[in-house]
Amino acid sequence: MQLLAIDWFLILEKFLLVGFIVTLSLIIAMYTTYAERKIAAWLQDRRGPNRAGPFGILQPLADGGKLFFKEEIIPLASSRFLFILGPSLAMLTATLTSAVIPWGGNLHIFGRDVPLQIADVNIGILYVFGVVSLGVYGIMIGGWASNNKFSLLAAIRGASQMISYELAMGLSLIAVLMLTGTLQMSGIVGNQTSGSNIWHVFLQPLGFIIFFICALAECNRTPFDLPEAENELNFGYHQEYSSMKLGFYLFAEYINMFISSAVISTLFFGGYDILPFVDETKWGLSNNLLTILGFAALMAKTFFFLFVFIWIRWTIPRFRYDQLMNLGWKKLIPLALANMIITAAIVLWLKK
Amino acid sequence: MQLTNRAAPVDRRPMTWLEKIYLWNILKGMAITFSHLFKRRPTINYPEQKRSFSKVFRGLHVLNRDEEGRERCTACGLCAVACPAEAITMEAAERQAGEEKLYREEKYAAKYEINMLRCIFCGLCEEACPKDAIYLSQTFAPANYARKGFIYKKEDLLIPNPLTDPEGYKKALGEKAEKN
Repeated sequence: MQLLAIDWFLILEKFLLVGFIVTLSLIIAMYTTYAERKIAAWLQDRRGPNRAGPFGILQPLADGGKLFFKEEIIPLASSRFLFILGPSLAMLTATLTSAVIPWGGNLHIFGRDVPLQIADVNIGILYVFGVVSLGVYGIMIGGWASNNKFSLLAAIRGASQMISYELAMGLSLIAVLMLTGTLQMSGIVGNQTSGSNIWHVFLQPLGFIIFFICALAECNRTPFDLPEAENELNFGYHQEYSSMKLGFYLFAEYINMFISSAVISTLFFGGYDILPFVDETKWGLSNNLLTILGFAALMAKTFFFLFVFIWIRWTIPRFRYDQLMNLGWKKLIPLALANMIITAAIVLWLKK
Repeated sequence: MQLTNRAAPVDRRPMTWLEKIYLWNILKGMAITFSHLFKRRPTINYPEQKRSFSKVFRGLHVLNRDEEGRERCTACGLCAVACPAEAITMEAAERQAGEEKLYREEKYAAKYEINMLRCIFCGLCEEACPKDAIYLSQTFAPANYARKGFIYKKEDLLIPNPLTDPEGYKKALGEKAEKN
């Protein structure tokens, strides 16, 4: 009996994929906190967490457990509803972005082609930008609801910083979009895997640098971590938060890092493409194996960028606020504009 | 006035183009931090690994016994006199009949206390002792919550009896065993 004219396997497949991707990003975010502490320690000639389990690999669990068992405090003067909405929004927007990232090619299971992408929408990258801009609300609402001057200041800083850097980010992305001619994420990857297999980073090195800097700013990572500047705003927008609500904020930051690393890999480093300038289909491997290898390649790239994020954090001191704004508006936006115009000119010249 | 010849004038030249774009300097900084990944870490995993003390380390005091397990101390008070920090107090008592197994000489210390908070671990007591009854060991005083806990009584200071607990005696004697 046909219940509804819906492909039930499609729904099942998508649910499984969503579950897998969300679990994966949660686990990776968890272990990014561990990597953060460990790499920080190594860069500073220390040992890092090594007490919980072998090499301290249970440390994230211990941290999470600690956060769960802490007392949940909602300040009396805060706005209760918004106070809870803030971290929820931060977490929600952080995980939402993973929907449009192509995590791999097609898997061939049970006679079906299963794309390793949750939603191949034709406005993919716009969706990413939209959801990322929603992330501002998490910070803004949290800072506002805390009813605390420092939190509010930090929230305003965070919001203005994210909006400023989104501009340069979008402009640097337009150059990429001119090369691909599509907003679809799978299309962008397809453009890098087809033909002579050139990754966008080789065509758009400046665009990549601008995008990367803006991604740092969007994730509120050092040197752009002004919203949580410990020494000026003693912890910024999550100052009043405790227990798992604080955990959500911190966790959302790491998921954001993971997702933006994945987005950078997808846009500029060929996504699930294994090697540049090489046609992998000629290796004679089976389709499924190639897909899995591609997924592994994307993960490797993502982990590399996560490492760079952490590496930068433990190298560079924080910008002053005026420096941040100067860099954003006076340096990056003109640079991105120039990059865009030059790319447009070259594209037009090549088309003729 | 110039105190050392290491002083260098501050470089106030205007920044070059490469320095102005800042990215290059960031890369240099990142190269420095990256090189630290391969550096040897000086940290010792403390509870598992312990750094050995030097041969002449002066730690907690130990009241010694002789080979038959008798206390060597005769409560002469020379250590207390020698002590610059005045950390040692004692009370003498006369050995009764039947206590020959416990005390080596006719007089012994009924009470012997060292205040570890006052002690400066100079080792003068060890040098002053004519009976080889006190020496400084290779351990240090463990942390305590109360001041009271740092006043070490005779029971805390006495070495284990070599007849009943030869291993504990050996361990407490430590490096001194090789010296004597």
